Amino acid sequence: MALILNEEQTLLKDSAKDLMTAAAPVTRFRALRDAKDELGYSKDLWAQMVDMGWAGICIPEEFGGLDFGFHGLGLVLEETGRTLAATPLVASILVSASAITLGGNDAQKKVLLPKLAEGSLLMALALDESSHFSPHKIATQAQASGTGFKISGNKVFVLDGHVAETLIVATRTSGKTGDRAGITLFLVDRAAAGVTVTRTKMVDSRNAARISFADVQVEASAMLGELGQGADILDPVLDRAALGLAAEMLGASLEVFERTLAYLKERTQFETKIGSFQALQHRAVDMYCNLELAKSILMEALSAVDEGRTADLPVLASSAKAQLCETLHQISSEGVQMHGGIGMTDEHEIGFFLKRARVAEKTFGDAGYHYDRLANLNGF
Amino acid sequence: MSDIEQFRAETRAWLEDNCPASMRTPSVAEEMVWGGRRATFTNPDSKVWLERMGAKGWTAPMWPAQYGGGGLSMAENAVLESELRRIKARPALASFGLWMLGPVLLEFASESQKLEHLPKIVRGEIRWCQGYSEPGAGSDLAGLQTKAVRDGDVYVINGQKVWTSYADQCDWIFCLVRTDTTVKHNGISFILFDMQSPGVSVKPIKLISGESPFCETFFDDVRVPARDQVGELNQGWTIAKRLLQHERTNIGDFGTAQSPQTPMHEQAKKYIGEDALGRLDDAAMRREIAKYQVRQKAYGLTYARVGQELKAGLGDGAASSILKAVGAELNKHRSELMIDMMGTQGIGWEGDGFNDWEIMQTRGWLRSKANSIEGGTTEINKNVVAKNVLGLPTK
Repeated sequence: MALILNEEQTLLKDSAKDLMTAAAPVTRFRALRDAKDELGYSKDLWAQMVDMGWAGICIPEEFGGLDFGFHGLGLVLEETGRTLAATPLVASILVSASAITLGGNDAQKKVLLPKLAEGSLLMALALDESSHFSPHKIATQAQASGTGFKISGNKVFVLDGHVAETLIVATRTSGKTGDRAGITLFLVDRAAAGVTVTRTKMVDSRNAARISFADVQVEASAMLGELGQGADILDPVLDRAALGLAAEMLGASLEVFERTLAYLKERTQFETKIGSFQALQHRAVDMYCNLELAKSILMEALSAVDEGRTADLPVLASSAKAQLCETLHQISSEGVQMHGGIGMTDEHEIGFFLKRARVAEKTFGDAGYHYDRLANLNGF
Repeated sequence: MSDIEQFRAETRAWLEDNCPASMRTPSVAEEMVWGGRRATFTNPDSKVWLERMGAKGWTAPMWPAQYGGGGLSMAENAVLESELRRIKARPALASFGLWMLGPVLLEFASESQKLEHLPKIVRGEIRWCQGYSEPGAGSDLAGLQTKAVRDGDVYVINGQKVWTSYADQCDWIFCLVRTDTTVKHNGISFILFDMQSPGVSVKPIKLISGESPFCETFFDDVRVPARDQVGELNQGWTIAKRLLQHERTNIGDFGTAQSPQTPMHEQAKKYIGEDALGRLDDAAMRREIAKYQVRQKAYGLTYARVGQELKAGLGDGAASSILKAVGAELNKHRSELMIDMMGTQGIGWEGDGFNDWEIMQTRGWLRSKANSIEGGTTEINKNVVAKNVLGLPTK
């Protein structure tokens, strides 16, 4: 239960902060948005992050990674959250590299992980089928066809769906929608016949897509994990995904909190700094309390991954994501309110955090989803 | 075997031999040991346990041995704590002397004062109460008016304290008195005296919970030896504030207290029932409990993190400033959830129709309302955090 960073982790966090501050300030993200950039992320920034080794940060050394540990990835994500850097780190590394590492066979690892680690391959997980996160609610069919399978169905909210070359698609090979058993994962080429990708514009201006599959033929070798056992990979991957998002959300929360606190100290009304008003002071302290709680639960959950405490992970991941959803929701809303009129303008950056907050809350399960899951995990 | 392993082996063996079997069962409120001249022991084992632990100095494991403490290093203390947890030992002594007064005596008292008072605290011989709040000095504590006037080698004390916890059962008081009426904070002294002194009278206050843990305490020409003033004349506020830090840590501790035997959600199922899937049959309550459990877990981890940061010499321990307020809020939240899930069984007062445990929850819920008032209100705590930790301006 390491609740403080070691020296290497501190160095990593500092260098992530340096790069994000220098190469990916919020102004860059605004520029991407305003230019309606086709990729939705900066190739230059991604190349620099790959150079730092972050794409391979939790990929095993034998497959070209750094094997630095999951906590390290969390620290980098936290810093991307502070500057709202839109990068392939979540879809390709946090989610897809985790899925391949945890569920791939040797051949799949050998082919895919080195490419992910060197940043030359982007991947995405095609999971959600409705407006509410519910990972076992899979209706997309994969039926045996020739030597392989034929996939048909519709996916929504696929992060980086329009730039990823390879998709991990969650399908149903048996059972009914909602069953944990009977889910099978496949690796699908985005360029394959029958795959149609439509980019969706979300409120946070980040990449997401709807993808439809119409009789898409895949070989049996494209199966990730065992037939019908996809949830055994999916569940631990989604715990890591929720945690990684929570780390990004901590960065965003800290940034909004610090900016808001600075504004309270600088803005003058009634011939005094507005930060001297008790009504605002107490709300600032409420935010601070939630932040401290969030830091602790996240830290514990991130260390649990690296310490191999797999049995604790579902509860810790859901607890951390729920706490960060609550914290960022509160802080992003208060951030706008305490900035007053200027906070409502597109010109000011605080609103960008509010928009990112709501999307991050919904990504990999919102607070309500995770409270429900925790109640189930704890037997009530 | 390293020294620390040796210490662990010895400690384990000593505890095996000396901790009575009934002291390894969950604590019950009636058997809690507060010590003092008038101590009563409903369970005779608790007297044995206090005497043995007191003689070892292990009621105050890290206080120096010359003052009766255990003289343990931080590492040894951690071993002792883990060995006590291993056998689920009850605390041998609950005491304001241990939690609040002792730490400030170690820091501010003279050598003779330490030798006089600390060993009796360790052994639970003297039970202390806290003379802080007054009718006109609550959140604005430094506005206190109880006066101490020097007369030769004694002080003559006149005035009134309020919310004095267990004053009717305590032997001595640590008391804030005004020794200079011309200034506010710099006119306060910190003094110790015997509650048996002529002129001291105590009147218990009946609370909303029906219990009377607090008293009004009156001083009418009470003559106390001036040698029992701790620290310099008129410098008592510094000591008073430091003591409050110890008190707040202690109240914040309530937040880490798990509901004893049965987890909250299992209690809830008893009263509310479950649906066909085994889920609590009240979706809103189910979510509230899960939410409480997340915050509870995060709070416990924050406690642990602050400890690790201090040990590693990292940060300024700023997070510790929120522990009292958050702990109080959590305990109140827990109490509200408990009586809420119990329905009308949670709002009984006494008599038929309610079992002891139910009445205890209801009374505990009323008691919990004080958590955000005692030891400095949550509002005052937030003012302090806003100013000292967040650096927000004052008007």
